[in-house]
Amino acid sequence: MLTLLGLGLLALAVLAGLGAAGLGRRLVPLGAAAVAAVLGAVAMATLALGPVEEAALALGPPWGPALVALDALSAWFLLVLAVVALPAALFAAATGPSSRAEAAAFPLFLAAMVLVLLAADAFTLLLGFEAMSLASWALVAARHPSGRGRRAARLYFGFAAFSGLCLIAGFALLSAPGMGFSEMRAAPPEGWRGTLALVLILLGAGSKAGLLPFHLWLPLAHPAAATPVSALMSGAMVKIALYVLVRALFDLAGAAQPGWWGAPLVVLGAATALWGAIRANVETDIKAILACSTLENVGLITLALGLALVFRGADLAPLAALALSAALLHALVHAGFKGLLFLVAGAVAEQAGSRDPDRLGGLIHRMPWVAGLAMLGAASAAALPPFSGFASEWLVLQALIQSWRVAELPVQLLSAAALVTAGMALALAAAAMLRFVGLVFLGRPRTPRAAGALDVTGLMRAALVVAGAVCAALALLAAPALGLAGGIVTGLLGEGAAPPIAGLDLMLGEAGARYAPWAVTALLAGLALALWYGLHRKGAPEPRRSPAWDCGFLPPPPDLPFGDPLTQPSAAGAAQPIRRALGGLALAQREAHHPAAPGSATPARLRVEARDHGFVALLWPLGRLRRLAGHQAERLRGLPLSAYLALALGTLVLLLALLAWGAVA
Amino acid sequence: MMATFLALLTQILHAALILAAAPLVVGGVRWVKARLLGRRGPHPLQPLRDLLKLLRKRPVLADGSSVVTRATPYVALAATLLAALLVPGFAQGMALAPVADLILIAGLLALARMALALAGHDAGTAFGGLGAAREMTFAAFAEPALLASVLVLAVLAGSSNLDAIAALFREGSLGIRVSLLFVLLALMAVALAENARVPVDNPATHLELTMVHEAMLLDASGRHLALWEAQAALKLTVWLALLAAIFLPFGAAPVGAGPIAWVVGAVLWAAKMALLAVALAVFETSIAKMRVFRVPEFLGAALLLALLAAALVFITTGLA
Repeated sequence: MLTLLGLGLLALAVLAGLGAAGLGRRLVPLGAAAVAAVLGAVAMATLALGPVEEAALALGPPWGPALVALDALSAWFLLVLAVVALPAALFAAATGPSSRAEAAAFPLFLAAMVLVLLAADAFTLLLGFEAMSLASWALVAARHPSGRGRRAARLYFGFAAFSGLCLIAGFALLSAPGMGFSEMRAAPPEGWRGTLALVLILLGAGSKAGLLPFHLWLPLAHPAAATPVSALMSGAMVKIALYVLVRALFDLAGAAQPGWWGAPLVVLGAATALWGAIRANVETDIKAILACSTLENVGLITLALGLALVFRGADLAPLAALALSAALLHALVHAGFKGLLFLVAGAVAEQAGSRDPDRLGGLIHRMPWVAGLAMLGAASAAALPPFSGFASEWLVLQALIQSWRVAELPVQLLSAAALVTAGMALALAAAAMLRFVGLVFLGRPRTPRAAGALDVTGLMRAALVVAGAVCAALALLAAPALGLAGGIVTGLLGEGAAPPIAGLDLMLGEAGARYAPWAVTALLAGLALALWYGLHRKGAPEPRRSPAWDCGFLPPPPDLPFGDPLTQPSAAGAAQPIRRALGGLALAQREAHHPAAPGSATPARLRVEARDHGFVALLWPLGRLRRLAGHQAERLRGLPLSAYLALALGTLVLLLALLAWGAVA
Repeated sequence: MMATFLALLTQILHAALILAAAPLVVGGVRWVKARLLGRRGPHPLQPLRDLLKLLRKRPVLADGSSVVTRATPYVALAATLLAALLVPGFAQGMALAPVADLILIAGLLALARMALALAGHDAGTAFGGLGAAREMTFAAFAEPALLASVLVLAVLAGSSNLDAIAALFREGSLGIRVSLLFVLLALMAVALAENARVPVDNPATHLELTMVHEAMLLDASGRHLALWEAQAALKLTVWLALLAAIFLPFGAAPVGAGPIAWVVGAVLWAAKMALLAVALAVFETSIAKMRVFRVPEFLGAALLLALLAAALVFITTGLA
């Protein structure tokens, strides 16, 4: 297995070299797709057959060889990665990279994520993590030599650097006994060391996954990349960050950590879920809508992980298994539908020429394949039964409901609040998906370009169909898929824990609540078909076409096919009720209403400015601080020579003192 | 074998009963409302007659509409039908009782709502999109209130399975609790919002500034409109049956009971539904419709009540 993975990594490196040389525009992504398929197969085989033992590589840092291993947890996230990477690479082959830098960075990005998952020592893990950050930054920056995209890339770079620093410090605390994972497991941190490690890992992995308050870069950077890269960043890269979180907090920090470790995860997860769901409803770029929905889903996964920690601390192994299974399944399911949705958005941008819903519309008539798959993905993202998102979110909600069994009032109240927040986030996610599908695919086209868009063909259609098939399979096979994660649950939570499944159903052991995807799908399909057959049996009249009733507006004349005026809801209009009711939670907004003078024919104008609270509360103060520090540093330039000499001498003395202190300690 | 057969039989009888009740509930509420306002009102069976008339008519599709307009009514009605099959009525232990999870029922109703909102967007008119956006906004408040109520019920019954909750409440060992009263109020507010009743929406008006549910149906006609009306009627019936199953659980036939218990259960179920329908009519005639942007406050109050109920339950179960 490891040999196969090593060959895969080697193949990715060769592909990166080819891409850098500008050769094989199609070959490079196709090769990456083949590697992704192999990764998926290896992951499934490992999950089914058992983990691969640790192996030492012949290369590594000066103090020892690099260690690699593939246990159940790594294999599960490898599967998550493969689920996104395969269709994304196919899509990349269909569109072709826009530059040599992009062609080279794409396989490197994949290879770095695989390296994080394979790592069995802290150094290799951090190396992979940093390589992943750099490669993805390069993919964003290569596309935008200047302008807003470049600023997004710079912001992303800043947050990635912060995340890397926190992770290095966190793993330094964990790896006091030694760099290898087995040594770290043997001597878990205690007391303040443990707490500090929790904070640092949460800051590091959390800011990479987009947890509040370090989420600002995500809705800017994910959409700025090329479509397959966006899909990988949103579907897979945030999961790699969550993998690091699980690896560090569940595995390396040992099973004896207190239950309150889960509390910050629950709070941050619930807040991020709601925040992302609100923002997904007001964005006016379809890829930004999807990126904000990623925030929501990352929040839900983190929430479930936090619950699992709380339950583990309270010695409720079955419930901890429930919460951990919910997080794992949702990570996989989200990879499936978010990959699909990003590719759909990319196909729309490619074929209809815009990512702004106000320039799209009615694409279902011109792009039936894309529209159908978009609805499949949107239904999954909206957590509607029987689609795939419902199974995992059912588990998350059940875990939240069951948390009253922790007989402590603070935990119960916290989880009740988290349940309400998650419920609101779910409903808002459905609203965001409706807005996405409704504005882009339904109604009338808003521009000539949208009216003349063509459906996807060839490789691009294949990429979308593969992603859609994964999504549909996960809807029906949620329980068997979760069965594969049994090794993780027993490995992290002890022998008594098992995923909450019974055959093809998801089932809570002691509580008895049950969700049967097959039965629900069959019953729904049967009822809908019976209704259709019943109404069409005896010569039902064929429908007739006529202009829509449009509040008294006449049907548009042939020379104005888009209607005059355009009476369809706009992106801002469809967002307005939710923005007014809930927007203030996540956004600092300003509204200015300029009514038309009575009797004049000019339109009234409503100007809305909405900005994430994070910019106002975090980024702008940071920017001011940087400017201030810059001014102070600037003053150093005007010092006299003696002052410079004093500075140099002082630094030298300080370094020597540090060295002496180190030697004594 | 016998048990399976009985479970299947009660399921089929339940389906027949709830399908028969749906038009009667809507017609009955309309009739009582008319009487309370001093009008004679249409016959309680008028919704059924309207339905049969609409089914015979040729549907007219809007110019820009797609397959979504033609498919969503079937999806929505199928989802609501499945939800209706899951809510226990005159008897306990129906064939689908093991999967009658409250979160699944909420999900099925959300599926129907999404189908309706998609249909609203499909014709590409101003009103459809507006109604869809408002409907989803209300859902953003109704859904968490519903989940918090489910939490309270699940804490008391040990499971979110509706059949288990109903069975426990029927035994009456829990007694009367303040938290259950709060949950009842919260669920009633959610039911009003979900079914587009006064004070959230007015089912009898097409006044442009206020309507939500009807705005999405403006371009539906013929059998599609019939399906949507049937869906709305069935949804109201499901909600009333849900409230009856939880808060008026007495009289339902227990698992394995014979035909006599079924008849008693069915008669009592009809009486409970009639009581709830009359209560709805009285409530609707005695209150004014509120502004659209006040609705989040109304549903937010329901959400807070449900949360308060959860806190009360936690404290009392902790003390006991």
